[in-house]
Amino acid sequence: MASAMEIYQYLPRTNCKECGKSSCMAFAAALLAREVTVDDCPPLKEEKNKENYDILVKLLPPAESASETGMIVHTELCTGCGNCVVACPVNVAEDPYGAGSGKAPTSDKIILRVEDGVVKLSNVESCRRFGPQSRLCSGCIATCPTKAIEFV
Amino acid sequence: MEIKDFVCTGCALLCDDIGIKTEGNTIEKTYNTCRKGAARIRGDEERMTCTIKGREENIDKAITEAARILSEANKPMIYGLGNSSLEAQKKAIELASKLSAYLDDTSSFCQGPVVEAILEGKVPTCTLDEVRHLADMILFWGSDPASSHPRHLSRFSYFPRGEKRQRGWEENRTAIVIDVRKSDTSEICNKNFYRIPPGSDGELIDALTAALNGKIPKVSFGMSSKEILELANLLKKAEFGTIFAGLGLVYSLPEIEPMIKLIEALNKSSNFHLMPMVGQYNMRGFNHLLFEKTGYINRVKFDGNKVDHGPHCSVMEVLNSGETDAMLIIGSDPLGCFPKSIAEKLKNIPTIVIDPARTFTSMIADVSIPSAYTGTEAAGNAVRMDGEKVEITPFIDSKKLSDEEILKRILEAI
Ligand code: SF4
Ligand code: SF4
Ligand code: SF4
Ligand code: SF4
Repeated sequence: MASAMEIYQYLPRTNCKECGKSSCMAFAAALLAREVTVDDCPPLKEEKNKENYDILVKLLPPAESASETGMIVHTELCTGCGNCVVACPVNVAEDPYGAGSGKAPTSDKIILRVEDGVVKLSNVESCRRFGPQSRLCSGCIATCPTKAIEFV
Repeated sequence: MEIKDFVCTGCALLCDDIGIKTEGNTIEKTYNTCRKGAARIRGDEERMTCTIKGREENIDKAITEAARILSEANKPMIYGLGNSSLEAQKKAIELASKLSAYLDDTSSFCQGPVVEAILEGKVPTCTLDEVRHLADMILFWGSDPASSHPRHLSRFSYFPRGEKRQRGWEENRTAIVIDVRKSDTSEICNKNFYRIPPGSDGELIDALTAALNGKIPKVSFGMSSKEILELANLLKKAEFGTIFAGLGLVYSLPEIEPMIKLIEALNKSSNFHLMPMVGQYNMRGFNHLLFEKTGYINRVKFDGNKVDHGPHCSVMEVLNSGETDAMLIIGSDPLGCFPKSIAEKLKNIPTIVIDPARTFTSMIADVSIPSAYTGTEAAGNAVRMDGEKVEITPFIDSKKLSDEEILKRILEAI
């Protein structure tokens, strides 16, 4: 994952405030938190900044790939080990003898499963981090060997 | 077509809960395999072609030529077989016996000592299902399953719920990593990661044994007596423990005996087991078969009814000393993975390679005979890293012969 500093280097660094932020650094932090997108910086869309624009788009996984809960999977890092699948408390509650016991899932209601060697999300609305009763859960993050799961 | 409970032959975990969606003979989707297994099932590697001296030939001619080379050799050697079914391995043992050949496999320079100690009954072992249901203490010593056997922790050793471990990893299990470097596994088990200098595994084993026997443990590197005592106490409190021995451990121990002693010391109060982290999906199967037939797990030379055994029969030694004058290599790539000075010797003798995929060795082989993938294309049985037998049922209709069939035909031609 890119850092704010890394992102900053590819911004115009003129602090023109056209983006509505107080500085390019503030914009970088907002980009990282996915409050804004690369397109929210008008100067960046000018032809002379095209190269940097492209780099930034690559550096930042598109916000659309984050689920409503803010969960992002970096599939390129995922080894398909299934640790998150077994560790997720929602998976365990919905499918104790399948996904919760390390075996092939037997329920449609689970959040994490592995397809084609990488993790796939569904039913993200049942994630414990989501909704009015949300609480901090880090089952999937703590058990991932490659830090492929992130919440933004 | 939807296939259920397919067995992945990507590593010796032989995961048997794989789902596959096919469209004719093409694989549309795989379910529950790790990335490595998915690649294995898709068959991502370049397939080998059937050749004699680099020229494409039909399989009948290649088999005849292979039989000729082997029967004309004085001291042929058969090597590989970790990626073959039990049925193919049986044929290879039969062939070695008929040819009075040398026979060896990868266990000769990796997990051999651990498998040998287990088969000879010198050390207690257990199954992976027992680990899932019962184990509260898991020790990865010189092993990094998160990289080598990606589903190890999620299917069996750490995260899943089991009969006596209803709460899984959070409360019911402790996982410890002892290794010379940080690894993906040590990242997950970071609370119990002991990093030791290369080559000091034996020293730590002896120190732990001493601690368990009531002595004050000492090592020459940066671990204090107190730390070692604490680790020994943590281990001996376990109800059911398993040590997963990786290559890191095996390579740094000249003899396995100190590990056996440690487990004996632990088992005065606990219930510990040793399991080899076998890589190739059926290396252990080969060790079992050869042990049943000869009493040895690897490194043999057949001679009529007699069997010679020892380091001088190991593939490295036989190649290095120039003892063999023809080599049959099955599902293995010595040119790609042996030390260069030894691998180079392969170029001095006629070689025959049986493999589904193109390898460095197959490119220099006198005869290369392509086989079907056991798993997706060919049936058979295999022995998982814990010694359990698993049946493999293919789902792709391949025109290729299995290595079992190829070996059978070579046997018939001799
Ligand atoms: S619009 Fe772009 S250049 Fe201007 S301050 Fe914002 S980030 Fe910097
Ligand atoms: S945060 Fe918790 S509930 Fe949500 S997906 Fe991860 S493990 Fe499951
Ligand atoms: S734990 Fe991480 S690497 Fe393993 S399947 Fe989940 S996201 Fe992928
Ligand atoms: S862990 Fe091994 S056997 Fe299981 S899916 Fe992955 S490669 Fe295949």
